[in-house]
Amino acid sequence: MSRIGVFVCHCGENISATVDCEKVARISGELKGVEFSADYKYMCSDPGQTMLKDAIREHKLDGVVVAACSPRMHEPTFRNACAEAGLNPYLCEMSNIREHCSWVHPKSDLTTDKAESLVRVMVEKVKKNKALNSIKVPVTRTALVIGGGVAGIQAALDIANCGHKVVMVEKLPSIGGHMSQLSETFPTLDCSQCILTPRMVEVAQHPNITLYTYAEVESVDGFIGNFKVKVRKKSKSLDEHLCTGCGLCTTKCPQKKIPNEFERGLGFRPAIYVPFPQAVPNKPVIDRENCTYYIKGKCKVCEIVCPTKAIRFDQEDEIVEVDCGAIVLATGFDVLKPDFFPEYGYGKYKDVIDGLQFERLASASGPTQGMIRRPSDGEIPKKIVFVACAGSRDPAKGIEYCSKICCMYTAKHAMLYKHKVHDGTPYVFYMDIRAGGKNYEEFVRRAIVEDETHYVRGRVSTIYEKNGKLIVKGVDTLMGAQPVEIEADMVVLATAGVANKGSEELAQTVHVSYDAHKFFAEAHPKLKPVETNTAGIFLAGACQAPKDIPESVAAASGAAVKVAALFSNDLLTREPLIAVVNRQAPPVYSSCVGCFLCQSVCPYQAIEREEIKNRNGEVIRTLAKVNEGLCQGCGTCVALCRTKAIDIYGYSNQQVYSEIMALLND
Amino acid sequence: MKIGFYPGCSMKGGAREYQESVSALARVFDIELVEIPDWNCCGATAAHNLNKELSLSLPARIMALAEREGLTDIVVPCAACYNRLSLVQHELGADATLKSKVCSIIDLKYEGTTQILNIIQFIDKYITDKLEEKVVKPFNYNAACYYGCLLVRPHAILNFDRVEDPQSMDVLVTKAGGNAIDWAFKTECCGAGMSVSRTDTVARLSGEIMKDANDRKADFIIVACPMCHSNLDMRRPEINKYLGENITMPVLYISQVLGLAVGLDAKTLGLNRHMTEVIFPEKPVKAAADIPQKVVTTQKMEA
Repeated sequence: MSRIGVFVCHCGENISATVDCEKVARISGELKGVEFSADYKYMCSDPGQTMLKDAIREHKLDGVVVAACSPRMHEPTFRNACAEAGLNPYLCEMSNIREHCSWVHPKSDLTTDKAESLVRVMVEKVKKNKALNSIKVPVTRTALVIGGGVAGIQAALDIANCGHKVVMVEKLPSIGGHMSQLSETFPTLDCSQCILTPRMVEVAQHPNITLYTYAEVESVDGFIGNFKVKVRKKSKSLDEHLCTGCGLCTTKCPQKKIPNEFERGLGFRPAIYVPFPQAVPNKPVIDRENCTYYIKGKCKVCEIVCPTKAIRFDQEDEIVEVDCGAIVLATGFDVLKPDFFPEYGYGKYKDVIDGLQFERLASASGPTQGMIRRPSDGEIPKKIVFVACAGSRDPAKGIEYCSKICCMYTAKHAMLYKHKVHDGTPYVFYMDIRAGGKNYEEFVRRAIVEDETHYVRGRVSTIYEKNGKLIVKGVDTLMGAQPVEIEADMVVLATAGVANKGSEELAQTVHVSYDAHKFFAEAHPKLKPVETNTAGIFLAGACQAPKDIPESVAAASGAAVKVAALFSNDLLTREPLIAVVNRQAPPVYSSCVGCFLCQSVCPYQAIEREEIKNRNGEVIRTLAKVNEGLCQGCGTCVALCRTKAIDIYGYSNQQVYSEIMALLND
Repeated sequence: MKIGFYPGCSMKGGAREYQESVSALARVFDIELVEIPDWNCCGATAAHNLNKELSLSLPARIMALAEREGLTDIVVPCAACYNRLSLVQHELGADATLKSKVCSIIDLKYEGTTQILNIIQFIDKYITDKLEEKVVKPFNYNAACYYGCLLVRPHAILNFDRVEDPQSMDVLVTKAGGNAIDWAFKTECCGAGMSVSRTDTVARLSGEIMKDANDRKADFIIVACPMCHSNLDMRRPEINKYLGENITMPVLYISQVLGLAVGLDAKTLGLNRHMTEVIFPEKPVKAAADIPQKVVTTQKMEA
């Protein structure tokens, strides 16, 4: 006979507004096997937990049902409370009467009836719960950081400085990310390169960090503490040990007209190239798609001129296997391709550029050595129009969210322009100025007051070229929706920040969830901002949502702390909710017949073969056995097993049948 | 092949040449246009400013009559009529209660199953495939395709072409052998119904459109809306007065352009009915340097 306790939570008014919690507790108390029942305003609070613990001790409860929110929210809370009161935590279950009941139904007797049913079902399940002990698994104290932008760099250095090994994987030939493309940074106008490049060098030289550039993650297996990752190191067509980075090859390469990605198409690069002069590592790669040798089968100029004979045309991609205990995703963001705006003429008019292109124009290492010159004819523009929210906050363009960084960088652009072209006139078309952040609002005011930027509140409807000028037509909503027409020399579009191309595929490879805009999803928007729903995988920077540098760095340090905390354990505790193959006394041994269908469907390679031998050492049976470290408790094997020899702890067939019967017998 | 035809008021009056050219073009491609019997006014701009039910009922009755005739497609050459019919179909499709109410008002069964086609959609669906083989006299001129407002808006409902920089008419003109120029006023307002009450506003708005097309060396402006046509064509004296210029560029309907390309004569296409005389430039092909080139590529951003 069971002695079960039922605790019904009001969740403030979240549940009690539509469910009669008192009645649910009273009716549940009358169920067979229920020894104690109560309701309380906040079960998860300290008094609520104390009530639970006291009841366990006082009434000698051998099972607990907490009827409250989703188990994803507070199951660990209540299981810990049970453990503290001396009850095995796996004898505690949650009945979700919030998400599954009160939130989705109006206040009525039927809603209360449903809550009662949900509790009854769980009571029946708990009667068949078994005391379980958690599983201990070892931790590989190496972190994999995917992405070498400022967030990845910060996370890698923080983890490495805690004394743990880090493997950093960067898709491009150099680390540095978008930040290395920026000219100066808001709100202090310090030079992006000056603050970033030393950090890049630190990564390359850190004894705890292994850097793989021009590499991508191919597959991720395993679980928290024990990931097995395959990394594809794309062929650089170069022996990196021999290459001294002298750069002779890049100057002699006959291909010189390839649009330079780092300069956002505003300059050119050869086929063998270093992305930018401060690149880390500062060694070239051959872009095989544009290399004359790979296209036509002859050239090899780089090989001829290389003083150390480091060029390797026949080099193949290499797959490296990395064992790691945690993964930090820091793959960053991209800016929306402005072909979304045929009305703004991006791509049609050379002098309509995006924000990142303006960064390159303003950068001392950029194609114009920091002079603001327009791309069409190299003239210094006397009037620039900056268009904020080019795509952001615009459901018609499919982007409802605010890209967050554009208000600030647009103010910065206007400032930089004014600092470099004193007689220039910057205009900014904006919807609202969102300058939340330390010294941010002051920075925008400076752009408006000191640098005389004309802020026009309104949208731009169209941009077209006329007599060598760009006619920007818009509206000034603060002047009674007055139409405005500005004859500009150049236009800069603050295009929306979007998820990186390929982020969806990466999310699927790494097994993390992502949102409708393909940004990686955090485990909880407030309390778990750097965790994902997959244990052991963390987020840093703008791969989660558009973020500026300070926020990206903060998130990266946050993720690093999570990794360090994980690595501070010798053994990790895992939930024992895994599959198990039944065992019986000889001569039966098990109802498993050794067909190993389960082995072929297990996504985690967790099914092993176990041989049963007689006294003479002869194998008499071969049975399936579950590797406790690898099993994730998905249950695929249970569904496949034709002799019902496999069950999952905590979700046995018997338990599920009991739940169903409890509902049917109503 | 039988296709429903809703002329609306303008095809019978100010835009007779539009109907004539659409009919003539359809005949070339063996399409029979069946005028919806007993059709009524679509409500135009007046009805939806006065009475919501009236504005729904007028187009609903037209579509109900078409359904009764068993017509599955209706071609509506007037952009304003097309807009009204499409919007009503959308609104009634989303609200069953409203639909039954409107049905009782018009005293006809309305299902909302007919497909409403504007002139470009009609051409795309029934003519484009066979167009190029029928072209005997390529329309070898620089053409500024002018879409106006009602053909492409509201985008969420009509979902026709790119709303800010439409391309469908440019594609048709190119297929007819013409050079569709890149210009800036494709969807700017022509002044629409202000033609009578505020002719000065129409002169200014249409004037800017004419000027840009003229500056960019267009030989013709091509339209798909009788209202746009009347403003750009009939109001030419006022436009020229506003601009202080004498722009003689003719304004053609897209159906007339295609009609010319497939060899129909000027009279059949009603070219004689325009206010601004249709004179074909003597040297149709201009020096390449003078023609603004259409740019379709965007800046290369990535490897």
